[in-house]
Amino acid sequence: MRRLKYHQAISEGTVQAMERDDNVFCAGIAVDYPSGIFGTTAEALERFGKARVFDTPAMENAFTGICIGAAAMGKRPIMVHPRNDFMFLAFDQLINLAAKWRYMYGGNAGSVPVVVRAVIGRGWGQGATHSQSLQAPLAHFPGMTVLMPATPRDAKGLLLSACRHDGPVVILEHRALYGVEGEVPEEPAETPIGSAAVPREGRDVTIVATSVMTQEALSAAEELDRHGVAAEVVDLRTIRPLDEETILASARKTGRVIVADTSWELCGVASEVAALCVEKAFHHLKAPVRRLAPADCPAPVSLSLERVFYPRASTIARLALHVVGANPELVGEIDKEDTFKGPY
Amino acid sequence: MALLRVRHTEETIAARYCAQEMRTPTHLGTGQEAVAVGVATALRKDDAVYSHHRCHNHYLACGGSVYRLAAELYGRVDGCSRGRGGSVHLTDRDNGFIASSAILGETVAVATGSALAFKMDGQDRVAVSFFGEAACEEGIFYESLNYAAINALPIIYICENNLYSTESPLAVRQPAGTELCARAQSFMVAAEKVDGNDVAAVYLAARRAVARARAGQGPSFVECFTYRWREHVGPQFDHEVGRSYRGKAEFDAWMERCPVKRSAARLAEMGLAGADELATRSGEVEREIAEIFDRARKAPWPEPESLFDHA
Repeated sequence: MRRLKYHQAISEGTVQAMERDDNVFCAGIAVDYPSGIFGTTAEALERFGKARVFDTPAMENAFTGICIGAAAMGKRPIMVHPRNDFMFLAFDQLINLAAKWRYMYGGNAGSVPVVVRAVIGRGWGQGATHSQSLQAPLAHFPGMTVLMPATPRDAKGLLLSACRHDGPVVILEHRALYGVEGEVPEEPAETPIGSAAVPREGRDVTIVATSVMTQEALSAAEELDRHGVAAEVVDLRTIRPLDEETILASARKTGRVIVADTSWELCGVASEVAALCVEKAFHHLKAPVRRLAPADCPAPVSLSLERVFYPRASTIARLALHVVGANPELVGEIDKEDTFKGPY
Repeated sequence: MALLRVRHTEETIAARYCAQEMRTPTHLGTGQEAVAVGVATALRKDDAVYSHHRCHNHYLACGGSVYRLAAELYGRVDGCSRGRGGSVHLTDRDNGFIASSAILGETVAVATGSALAFKMDGQDRVAVSFFGEAACEEGIFYESLNYAAINALPIIYICENNLYSTESPLAVRQPAGTELCARAQSFMVAAEKVDGNDVAAVYLAARRAVARARAGQGPSFVECFTYRWREHVGPQFDHEVGRSYRGKAEFDAWMERCPVKRSAARLAEMGLAGADELATRSGEVEREIAEIFDRARKAPWPEPESLFDHA
């Protein structure tokens, strides 16, 4: 099958979503810059022009409200936050209104199909306010759909599904994934919302992962294989609604679960998945469920501190060896070099 | 008639509120009816109206059903939001009343977005955002005005300046001498002040703003001076329950400027309706509304198994 990079897949998904529905438009800070949000909006701009791909002032909260009001009139906005930390400013509109719209008006006010794309940064000194990962606070609220594609195929497929979904959807894209290459169907193939994937099967230990941690988990699984440990990787893809069945089937199969998330443990997605396994697969577990998340402090800037802040493939592999009762020190140098060169 | 319908609905709620059967925080709009009725009269059914926590007036002025409002307040399944929304979350899309919401300034942006959709589609529909003057203390108000002006959006911002935010007077919220119209004008938004208790004056101002919007001339801001008679939330009069943030003399002065009485006097002056005729009609409306509330009170509750409907 044809291969694309993650950012090319988003671009193609955007173009196809706009082609099949005239009501789709794409707006946000910098979407019409030549750089086009890592190249994800440039082709849409070229094809559909500034009437449907347009820049906005810095007004995260009001513009989210504007997207809601446009959606209430039949539009399907795709709003883009180049840095997802700025989305905190839009939480009133997203949480107090968009997520509740259908329910709070008893289904009588229609729906507000707003798609919000937001980019997570990591490394190269992004620091405390340019590196956060907002899936947990967003997924907390009923009515919200939260997606975290980890592969080019799902980056396109989930965007296409989001553009047909009957309510607000936040898609968290990880900057470290934009250069990842993978097979992507040329046709507008949707990835279903609410379904996790199992990109690698194994019998010894399950690694449930979100976003870029899925790629880290796949690297870890290769290393584990060299040590005779067969790891199964579950890529959550959707945070809300959570695909409990796929997670539990894997937990019951391997009896050992590690959850690797891009955000902190406390009240986080890793904790949620761990609680699920303990509640509903307890009698199948052979070891305590383990969570793997960034260190419990704001993201630092200095390279020496970043190295110990973020869990990587080697961290996952070491923990997996520990969980199966093997020697964690066997893990070699498997972490891929971060090729990001700035300037932002 | 629209004024009477709004007035008697709110006063019926006030009279029945203490029975503990309407279990939803209710912000009554008694005294402010002329703003809603004046603006709604200048609109078409396919325009999009948004409101805030004190929203009954706007819902009713757009043509919203009294029965469905009453049922919503009683928490019944026949409510306009099927008992999920309560007093502050109303909708009636058939009459162009899209939504109200309890968070200050929230729907100002949403209305602006509907105006954006109309402009993108080349339609001559307009969006209307009702809000109180306290929303002008929220950042989202300025973000919205700015965006509407940049894009010449067909939207009308209706500010109901009733002088108080909950119990906080203007003096603690806006610098002395503040002119909200000047603030709007500084964003290149056309602005005018109007006596919000004069339904004809509000209608004329709204008509000018609507004409401007439909002609592609962009947003307008209309500041309507008015007064809320009852407490911020609930059915009582502040002076009767010993609150001191505003005095009885001020209240009495505004009662003199009652929008319903002024409208009746105007009709009499113009020879369109006599005092007796208006009193008779007012009584009829009052009885009609009482009957509607009796009926709404007996409407079925939402089934417990419907808890997740529309979730």
